[in-house]
Amino acid sequence: MIEARQLCKRFQDKKRGQIRAVDGVSFRCQPGQIYGLLGANGAGKTTTLRMLATILEPTDGTALVAGYDVVTQAEKVRANVGFLSTATALYGRLSAQELVEYFGRLHGLDEAVLQRRIADIFRRLEMDEFRDRRCDKLSTGMKQKVSIARTLVHDPPVMIFDEPTLGLDVMAARTIVNFIRECRQRGKTVIFSTHVMTEAEKLCDAIGIIHDGRLLVEGSLAQLRERYGEGDLEEIFVRVVEREPASRSEVQP
Amino acid sequence: MSLRNVGIVYRKELLDSLRERRTLISMIVAPLLLMPMLTFGFGFAAYKLVSEARREVPRVMVLGGEDSPGIIAQLRALNTIRLVPPRADYVDQIANKKIRAAVEIPKGFDAAMNRGQSTDVMVYVYEGDIRSSFAAQRVERFFRDLRDRTVRARLETRNLSESLLRPFGITQKNVVPPEKVWGSIFGGVVAYMVILLCLTGAMYPAMDLTAGEKERGTMETILCSPVSRTHLVLGKFLTVLTASLATAALSIFSMAMTILGAKSTLGGLNPDSPTMLKVTVNPKAVVAVFVMILPIAVIFSAGLLAIALFAKSFREAQTYISPLTILVVMLAVVSVLPGVELNARLALLPIVNTSLVSKEILTGTYHWNYIALIFASSCVYAALALGVAVKLFQREDVLFRA
Repeated sequence: MIEARQLCKRFQDKKRGQIRAVDGVSFRCQPGQIYGLLGANGAGKTTTLRMLATILEPTDGTALVAGYDVVTQAEKVRANVGFLSTATALYGRLSAQELVEYFGRLHGLDEAVLQRRIADIFRRLEMDEFRDRRCDKLSTGMKQKVSIARTLVHDPPVMIFDEPTLGLDVMAARTIVNFIRECRQRGKTVIFSTHVMTEAEKLCDAIGIIHDGRLLVEGSLAQLRERYGEGDLEEIFVRVVEREPASRSEVQP
Repeated sequence: MSLRNVGIVYRKELLDSLRERRTLISMIVAPLLLMPMLTFGFGFAAYKLVSEARREVPRVMVLGGEDSPGIIAQLRALNTIRLVPPRADYVDQIANKKIRAAVEIPKGFDAAMNRGQSTDVMVYVYEGDIRSSFAAQRVERFFRDLRDRTVRARLETRNLSESLLRPFGITQKNVVPPEKVWGSIFGGVVAYMVILLCLTGAMYPAMDLTAGEKERGTMETILCSPVSRTHLVLGKFLTVLTASLATAALSIFSMAMTILGAKSTLGGLNPDSPTMLKVTVNPKAVVAVFVMILPIAVIFSAGLLAIALFAKSFREAQTYISPLTILVVMLAVVSVLPGVELNARLALLPIVNTSLVSKEILTGTYHWNYIALIFASSCVYAALALGVAVKLFQREDVLFRA
């Protein structure tokens, strides 16, 4: 489970002074559920997810991820999270097998378990053909599969995806979308950020709209449609963002 | 789990670095080839150039001497120079290397010699040009011989002993063993080269494992793994240190082999050089230099990691590190400067101290107090540099500098 409690992140910028990238964000995401964080560029999605993955430390507030506190138990949180984004690149000089082994070992897996798990993941994702090929020689689709294998090797209960399909072609994006669905089927807690409305409509059990660092509204797609009297998520998103001050009170506790 | 993770990161980074061509060149190829190339390449080239210059029979112009056919005839009889007729533009002729030198015979030279009077011969040269200086040497040797013969003849005429002009002789004799002589001449260069290669060996892996990782987008990938940032930086640091020490070890090995090779090859070319023939490589000195280099390698590795981590890209890291290289060169070059000796103050100055003490060790001198002080102070600096690197790895504004 993921439970964000008043998460805040402030940055100091030389020109603009203090920036509130994330400002009191709270939400809850249950196992077997996909929570979509919807927002424009610079809305605070990446910063929120980075705090959940303990890559960044919250300035205020905290979050529980798989039962561990992101501030005080960061290493335990990371051990229970699979984090995937277009910014999480691969080590180009390692082969697909070496890369997944590296992360498996960092997760403390013993060698026999690691090799068994790699064999299973590589078979499921049809990666055996290129397991010994260096990552920098792989196609985009193959690289996506290696990234997925990396996030799965320790079989984490929580998956965090930060705009995972950004810049990918249709086929590569499809691989990711299918993978996210599969995670839900396996009972994992999934949170993912996107600004592609169709993706959110297809995948999410719950949607949170984030703007200017604040979570303005959240609910299931059906709830949002009912509340705003709109069938199209994009229209709902625009209305929420444009009516920002009024919307703040609509965030469920 | 903790130290295990440092080991896992270290092994992965080492494997990754050894697959990077630039690291391989700076860590293995450069130290192995640099010294032999410098020694044999330049040594042979210099030897060949000097030999060619010596073989040349230089064109020398004689100015004046119309009233002194005796001296002109003697000069003409020399087979070591070739006389050319006088011209008014002899300065241009020398400057344009048409002739190598000119000798001006004063008016009435033969007559002055016969009368037992003193006179001056002027030799015009192109200073700094080796062929001109060889020509001048040959002319001067001829006139010195002529002067000595004239003096002896004049003393004989007056029934005077030669000792009247040479009441005593002065002889200089070397009393220190050849390795000390060799160490004084080349030890500084060796120390300088080892320190410099130690830096260059650490440079590329340090940039590759920090700024390179940011640039390639793998920093975020590794930061979301359970490895702590301290263990991550320690694993990276050990990789850079390995590269630095491997470079230092290979450069020391390469220098030892080069010296032994040069002893038989270049020594054979110039058998008049007793120092070169007696050069030995003392294993104790080699080990001692390597031990003194250890903390310097730690300083370089940790310092370069910290600086390169601050950069957003490989290119930016190079911009920061280039001035540092110049600083290290300026500090390390002290061992090559003549007359600089180790003292308590210099023993606390990083890099300078290692450079000077390595030179001393190579001459066979072991000042244990200084060695202890230098090792201890260098270890303190090394610990500080490592502390800064670890600290910087905890800072989000450095890791995610936009």
